[in-house]
Amino acid sequence: MELTALTIHEMRKHLAAGDVSAAELTDAFLRRIHELDGRINAFIRITENQAREAAERADRRLREGKAAPLTGIPLALKDIFVTEGIETTCASNILKGFVPPYDGTAVARLREQDAVFLGKLNMDEFAMGSSNENSAFGPVKNPWDPNRVAGGSSGGSAAAVAAHMAAGTLGTDTGGSIRQPASHCGVVGLKPTYGRVSRYGVIAYASSLDQVGPLARDVEDCALLLQAIAGFDARDATSVDLPVADYPATLKNGVKSLRIGRPKEYFITGLDADVAAAINAALEVYAGLGAEIVDISLPHTDYAVACYYLIATAEASSNLARFEGVRFGQRVDRGDGLLEMYRNTRAQGFGAEVKRRIMLGTFALSSGYYDAYYLKAQKVRTLIREDFTAAFGQVDVILTPVAPTPAFSLGEKIDNPLQMYLSDIFTIPVNLAGTCALSLPCGFSAGGLPIGMQLIGKPFAEETILRTAYAFEAATATAERPPLPSAEPAVP
Amino acid sequence: MKITPETVHHVADLARLSLGEDEVVNLTSEMDLILAYVEKLNQLDTAGITPTAHAVPLENAFRDDLASPSLGAEKALHNAPDSAEGCFRVPKVIE
Repeated sequence: MELTALTIHEMRKHLAAGDVSAAELTDAFLRRIHELDGRINAFIRITENQAREAAERADRRLREGKAAPLTGIPLALKDIFVTEGIETTCASNILKGFVPPYDGTAVARLREQDAVFLGKLNMDEFAMGSSNENSAFGPVKNPWDPNRVAGGSSGGSAAAVAAHMAAGTLGTDTGGSIRQPASHCGVVGLKPTYGRVSRYGVIAYASSLDQVGPLARDVEDCALLLQAIAGFDARDATSVDLPVADYPATLKNGVKSLRIGRPKEYFITGLDADVAAAINAALEVYAGLGAEIVDISLPHTDYAVACYYLIATAEASSNLARFEGVRFGQRVDRGDGLLEMYRNTRAQGFGAEVKRRIMLGTFALSSGYYDAYYLKAQKVRTLIREDFTAAFGQVDVILTPVAPTPAFSLGEKIDNPLQMYLSDIFTIPVNLAGTCALSLPCGFSAGGLPIGMQLIGKPFAEETILRTAYAFEAATATAERPPLPSAEPAVP
Repeated sequence: MKITPETVHHVADLARLSLGEDEVVNLTSEMDLILAYVEKLNQLDTAGITPTAHAVPLENAFRDDLASPSLGAEKALHNAPDSAEGCFRVPKVIE
């Protein structure tokens, strides 16, 4: 039994039966990380000792018959999640050496179940990026092709799952940062409705857009992870106090009579032919399963990227003002006063993309420009939200591509920020509307790169998109798929 | 709205960022390009539209005004680049 090839739900059965221990699982994943991660670079930090200790606790709990759903399961966390006693950097130089004194809520909820954390995962710095090339720790390579990006900003989270270096991971999604890397790496990634999962202990990028979500190898695993972290948290003032459904329980409810919307604005001429073919084939599968496919329109789609890059950057400029060298992180003090300390600390600590977004956001909020840029964008955001509200009057789920192309090459878009931003066109509207969406593998390009489809649901209807995804997965289970890279050591 | 190096210097000052000459040049053209792109929002008539500040219709997310244990000074100072006498130490703030 290749332990690292098991899904979370398979591991649970074996752990419960006593066929395998948490210690053995942890060991297998740590070995695979050591063998493979040198050429993928998904991990910023491997927490070997803590992982083994956690596995011991998990095994004790399993023996006592007190296991929770994720007890003993080896997971990893994007380095944006504050973890007590474990350095947390957000892939930025400005936070090198920062050791948080507390766990965030999502982390704490997993720890309570005695899940095992293997390490902290690489990401675009401060979650700003779509390729994981903006990291102070180097880019993450796509496990399917090391010359290509893993996607971003949760590139490490997606690559780790795809390469079987973790059974599941947590990422964050502000403009597509879970869904897009999930699509590029061929794994499942879910962005819950805004307010569904607590943001307490998640280093903030854009506070009205950020959401925490799971990445995993299949839909059932995603449902298990979401179940563990979803729910009201008094420490997050934007957390919504609504009951949490039993996501794993309703996965098999099927899609008979489900109305699936196909928005015409997402099937643009720039869409890669292989992506278009895969998405259209997926619609056929759903039609075959008894779903009703409905043509819909989301008329303001084309304005979403512009809207996002004003709102997100504005919020980021405010959130990142806290990195000034006073209370935590790096400080650059040349003895020429407080203001210079701020300026030099930030100049040295932040990477180019972060600076670019801080500058854009500061400009958009500045006196004389606030109305024309930030306020205007907020009004457009209302129009985009209303597009979705109207669409969900006609359909239950909306099916779209996740990205206009499969994973692009490393370095291909890094010198052209606007080009990079435009690749988020399909994922951004969901964050602006605040609703939920997941990315599910649905095919491969001619070159063997994964293609994901996006299923968008109504606010707080994660149950619906999960069962819709599950139905597709079950129906296409026998489809041919290229093998993942094996656990052979890198050839020097 | 044309972005000039003067604009970039002003914004950098607001953002407490010191920029090198190359950075100013690059940011001037990048910001100009990106802001020219976002001008497309002006194609939309948003008269009378309420701005969305917040994704979820939550209001007044208050808690009861009761004191409860917090982090504590020792933990709070743990990551301080410089501290003294239970405080964060910084360059002189008031001349």
